[in-house]
Amino acid sequence: MKNMAKKYRNAILTTVLIAAFFIFLSWTKTHLDAYVMRIFNLCAINTILALSLNLTNGFTGLFSLGTAGFMAIGAYTSALLTMPPGIKTMNFFMQPINPMLLNINVHFFFALLIAGILSALVGFLIGAPVLKLKGDYLAIATLGFGEIISVVFTNTQTITNGALGLKGIPQYTDQYWSWGVAIVIILGLKSLVNSSYGRAFKAIREDEIAAQAMGINLFSHKTLSFTVSAFIAGIGGALLANLNSTIDPTMFRFFFTYQILLMVVLGGMGSITGSVISACIITVLMELLRVVESPMDLGFISLPGISGMRMVVFAILLILVVLFLRHGIMGENEISWDMLLGKESGHRGNFGSQ
Amino acid sequence: MAILEVNKITIKFGGLTAVSDFSLNLNEGEIVGLIGPNGAGKTTAFNAITGIYVPTSGSIMFQGNDITRLLPDKITKLGVARTFQNIRLFENMSVFENVLVGHHLRIKSSFIDATLRTPKYNREEKMMRDQTLELLEKVNLTEYLNEKASSLPYGQQRHLEIARALATRPKLLLLDEPAAGMNPKESEELMKFLKQIRDKFNLTILLIEHHMQVVMGICERILVLDHGITIAEGTPDEVQNNQKVIEAYLGVELDA
Repeated sequence: MKNMAKKYRNAILTTVLIAAFFIFLSWTKTHLDAYVMRIFNLCAINTILALSLNLTNGFTGLFSLGTAGFMAIGAYTSALLTMPPGIKTMNFFMQPINPMLLNINVHFFFALLIAGILSALVGFLIGAPVLKLKGDYLAIATLGFGEIISVVFTNTQTITNGALGLKGIPQYTDQYWSWGVAIVIILGLKSLVNSSYGRAFKAIREDEIAAQAMGINLFSHKTLSFTVSAFIAGIGGALLANLNSTIDPTMFRFFFTYQILLMVVLGGMGSITGSVISACIITVLMELLRVVESPMDLGFISLPGISGMRMVVFAILLILVVLFLRHGIMGENEISWDMLLGKESGHRGNFGSQ
Repeated sequence: MAILEVNKITIKFGGLTAVSDFSLNLNEGEIVGLIGPNGAGKTTAFNAITGIYVPTSGSIMFQGNDITRLLPDKITKLGVARTFQNIRLFENMSVFENVLVGHHLRIKSSFIDATLRTPKYNREEKMMRDQTLELLEKVNLTEYLNEKASSLPYGQQRHLEIARALATRPKLLLLDEPAAGMNPKESEELMKFLKQIRDKFNLTILLIEHHMQVVMGICERILVLDHGITIAEGTPDEVQNNQKVIEAYLGVELDA
């Protein structure tokens, strides 16, 4: 009974928190300028992407680096589904757009959903051959997949407009969409990883042979994790396309995956709250660190502006995290109500509290 | 009635024959020991029965099903569970979760049910949790419920591995050196424990063991392997007095 009471208490607290957060979101609309708002939205999108990568890398122990590829699929799907025909025609001046795609136009909600489903489908299809690989080999194969997607999208002129990219994508992504979707994904993922399936994922991460000896079908569970991760990444990419209003294939190169990987490692592999926190931290840092790319006058020496310096800072950060903070900010722990209210420790093995 | 029939299996790794013409019949409810010097092929034979290796030739039947070429998880689903020589627990998961995972193979709800916590899934989850608690009580691990598996004392880790295997509801349990590293008192307890679970769960047990005290104490029948060949089979007494077995363990006297 005590556990039941606690469950209700936690559910109520979560509902109150989410309601309060939405009130905060409506406040941001009038009080934040466009630049800060954009960063605020990016925090949500990066949270979504970090969670996608954390599901495979952190919870299931599959070292996958295909996030950018799945994002690209989601981004292009949503862009093509939401752009009005007039703007599509203007974009495709080199070669006209495939007539089947010209007049398709759906509500943003369905665009997101289809983006996720299409990305999940591709994840499912490439998962079959790729998930037979382990460790570094899997990382290399998924990395290759990401690059292939970017090359394919550069060359499918009548569908993706090739290297020219797509411009004028309607900017539907506002704080409600980005954070609304992020919250749904946080709650859904939390529920999944705490379920029997989530335990099977963790068992595979801990010891594949033992997991298999427990009757867990490695292949179907790995494919499941990979596909759900692709689904989430697709939605993240779609939100990004409709936030940026411009996409092109070079956006979705390894560089992007690296950035997401940094968030997951910094936050803690296998921690949902860790991913949320570090996605926000890194997104904000990404903007604050623009300073290091501008020309600097240090008094005794003046440095010219070097673009790309931010990435040097992040690379150093990643090295430091790996050396001194191997388990990231949160390790595998979560911030939970039970932990905050101090009744029970937040240990994830905690019996009865989910 | 034979629950497991191993029919002349041979396992070769390149030019090395790890096990040759190994045959074994297990009757329901038996506790049978598999002994032999290091490198005799005992674990290899285990790995073939549980699907980790596919034998080069021969066949393995479990309750009338041919399991020779099945994947390990399929074999577990049919009712063969095992433990490992070098304990393979899910170290970063709690004791409770380790056993809970063993129930996953019977889950009927889809992952969507699980994510949405539908009533169907909630019922199953509650059932799995109740059964896990029950099982942990039976094996006296309740006090460690929330401990990380890797933080348990060594002997308890072995018990936990057996409990986890029991969660899959096996009919046949294969134990790879369950008494390894245990002191005499612990192995005494283990023997009692194994007999208990055999009766409580209607198991047939096949175990590899170097601890002669344990093997002779609880096994009704013993097979002796040496260099992949079965050199003796019989009751503990028969095996102990078998000339070939003595030679395998102690060496041959050169001049008489």
